Amino acid sequence: MAQQLISMEGISKRYPGVLALDNAHFELKSGEVHALVGENGAGKSTLVKILCGIATKDSGKILLDGKEIHLHGPRSAQDLGISIIHQELNLMPDLTIAQNIYIGREPRKFKFILNDGGLVKETEKLFAQIHLDLDPNRKVEGLSVAQQQMVEIVKALSFNSKVLIMDEPTAALTNNEVDELFRIIRGLRDKGVGIVHISHRLEELKQISDRITVMRDGKYVDTLNTKDATVDKIISLMVGRTIFQEAPHIPSGKSQPVVLEAKNLNNGRFVRNVSFKLHKGEILGFAGLVGAGRTEVLRTIFGADKLISGEILIHGKKVRISRPQDAVEYGLGYLSEDRKLLALALPLDIEANTVLGVFKRFARFGLTNSRKIQLAAEKQVKDLSIRTPSTKQRVSNLSGGNQQKVAIGKWLTADSEIIIFDEPTRGIDVGAKSEIYKLMNDLIDQGKSIVMISSELPEILRMSHRIVVMCEGRITGELLNKEANQESIMALATMRN
Amino acid sequence: MPRVKLSSLTKIRSDAIQRVLAFGSLVIMIIFFSIASENFLTIANVNGILLATTVNGVLALGATFVIITGGIDLSVGTMMTVSAVATGIIITNWELPIWLGIIVGILTGTAGGALNGWLIARLKIPPFIATLGTLYIAKGLALVASGLKPIYFNDTPRFNEIAMGSIIPVLEIPNIVLIFFLVSFLAHLLLTKTTFGRYTFALGSNEEAARLSGVNVDKWKIWVYVFGGATAGLAGVLISARLNSAQPSLGMGYELEAIAAVVIGGTSLRGGEGKIIGTVIGALVISTLTNGLRVLSVPQEWQTVVTGTIVVLAVYLDIVRRKREAVSSARQTSGEK
Repeated sequence: MAQQLISMEGISKRYPGVLALDNAHFELKSGEVHALVGENGAGKSTLVKILCGIATKDSGKILLDGKEIHLHGPRSAQDLGISIIHQELNLMPDLTIAQNIYIGREPRKFKFILNDGGLVKETEKLFAQIHLDLDPNRKVEGLSVAQQQMVEIVKALSFNSKVLIMDEPTAALTNNEVDELFRIIRGLRDKGVGIVHISHRLEELKQISDRITVMRDGKYVDTLNTKDATVDKIISLMVGRTIFQEAPHIPSGKSQPVVLEAKNLNNGRFVRNVSFKLHKGEILGFAGLVGAGRTEVLRTIFGADKLISGEILIHGKKVRISRPQDAVEYGLGYLSEDRKLLALALPLDIEANTVLGVFKRFARFGLTNSRKIQLAAEKQVKDLSIRTPSTKQRVSNLSGGNQQKVAIGKWLTADSEIIIFDEPTRGIDVGAKSEIYKLMNDLIDQGKSIVMISSELPEILRMSHRIVVMCEGRITGELLNKEANQESIMALATMRN
Repeated sequence: MPRVKLSSLTKIRSDAIQRVLAFGSLVIMIIFFSIASENFLTIANVNGILLATTVNGVLALGATFVIITGGIDLSVGTMMTVSAVATGIIITNWELPIWLGIIVGILTGTAGGALNGWLIARLKIPPFIATLGTLYIAKGLALVASGLKPIYFNDTPRFNEIAMGSIIPVLEIPNIVLIFFLVSFLAHLLLTKTTFGRYTFALGSNEEAARLSGVNVDKWKIWVYVFGGATAGLAGVLISARLNSAQPSLGMGYELEAIAAVVIGGTSLRGGEGKIIGTVIGALVISTLTNGLRVLSVPQEWQTVVTGTIVVLAVYLDIVRRKREAVSSARQTSGEK
């Protein structure tokens, strides 16, 4: 039996407003691949961040080889032999592969003089260990994502890592590349390295892992031996019992005309042959895991990303949208995932934000009509019951829910007919959430149509008339509300190709 | 993966094009001016071009490091001036030895660079603003310390010889030109063969990745600006030796010419890449152009217009190249077949 390598016990972590980890535990043996699964927000990432010194725990302890360890940052974890390969790769594109691997620890002749010959030789030795065929002198810039991942793995090896954590390593890889990665992972496992593998691809975990630990809502749920676990079993553990589900508002009139249609949209690896229809007065939910390409699809439709191929039809007419301004002209509105970054000008007041999209209408000869702007803002404050002392209030001083309402008011002022909500309730408290839901229902009663991207399954199930599920840039299924449940969505969301 | 190889080949080609471009335009300019005027390709005029390259060239060496980190240093011109004044005070006003004046001059610039580095790395003030502030501080200090008057080195003719004498008598190449090429070579070694150089690239390429890899990014960033200040100090010594006087009102505008030399030489303002040889060529391009226009009797005002246009063009070429690389690497990582 392999020996116990890592043991995390009673780990809790609170972020402002969220208990990210609640008395969680996790164990890793040497020479095993241990998969960590759970829905978005289940606490997997927080757990491994604590294990590799990026985040600090509020309580609990970590044992390495039976001895308690204290981590003071990524470097102290690395020195203990714990390395992580992040989902977003942390390499310096202008430096060569070898330079990246040994950055900060370069072989030297004297204290400050580099020994680049030695650097390349050391790197080649590491490559030989895992039978990797790459030129150490190539710049990282030109490498594919898979190759960059290999470089990160080799870098982790160079620290003599005993524990290797991989956060969604296969999310961006093609099938061949995944095979190559698995070959290397198995090689490391056979050498006694303990590997933590976070992934949403359940089928893939069946192939590579020895054990699977399931997390939900920051809590440990169960650990299964992979050979005994079925995908259905894992999914049911992941979603647990559904507590938060109400009957959706109203079934959509199927006879309603199509207001927005996408035909075979393509844009890089996140948007592949995407087609769907949105009816008038309908809420169309886009479900899927983080990185499935949902945001990219709608950004492409909105003209924020470039469309490579495909057609967009609005009210049955083919349109050309090459920038967001065009989309606004066609009656589209987009409430972005990150309000702070994209949707609102936070330092400005409600009035300025309300007319941001259609400033022209409130100006004559370049001079603004402040009375008209104020009236427009007051109308939205009243209609959407935005809680604020006045329309002159800076948006940065409003709560998350009220900021979201201002953003909605902006598109209503622009007379948007089709509104795209990207994670509309992220970072909003429960009370404000239900207000946003009510508002969305009011909007469709007024004949508007809504596309809602959400990573929260209860939200998708509660709000959408129809649900489109995406995985890896493709639409893997479309469900009517009454035939959808968390399990069926999850199964589609983890369906590769 | 043959496709990856292919696109990296095209990348290498576009890199090479950029490098050859600066050198090619230098050659074309020389040919053009030689045909246009028989006064251009004379030993005296070529020496004049080299002479005009030196001070800006030395400033540009430091600026190359700063720009590779993705930063900018606007204060190098007036740091040079305050260093020149410091040298003048030591040698002329206080009648201390010449070598001490040189050391104090270089240290003055170095101290200014340390201040820049501290403001930027520790206080997190954006480089543009921090060095704009120190530009004015240095400018003011130079005027105050000199009492608004130039300091002449008439009693110490050997100081002038450091720049204008010639240890190679036949070609009569001024020493200052040799000093410039020597310092350029040292800067090249520093950039390519030392940890300091490696971290300079790392900072500009992905500072966060460097930090997560255990590189003390703040420390190295400060050293980069210290080096920039040191080259400004050296430039101050050289310009005062060359002019045989420390001119307290000089210095504004030098920073832009230095940045121009770096950018023309193919160093990207985005950071992460650059070469000293490119900067040397860039400095030569600027002085050759200015000299050639003067030989052709183009009015001074128009020379400035031309120089500005060249800088904008160089930056634009850099952007175009970046864009093409981004597109090709996006295509490659997208995994589309």
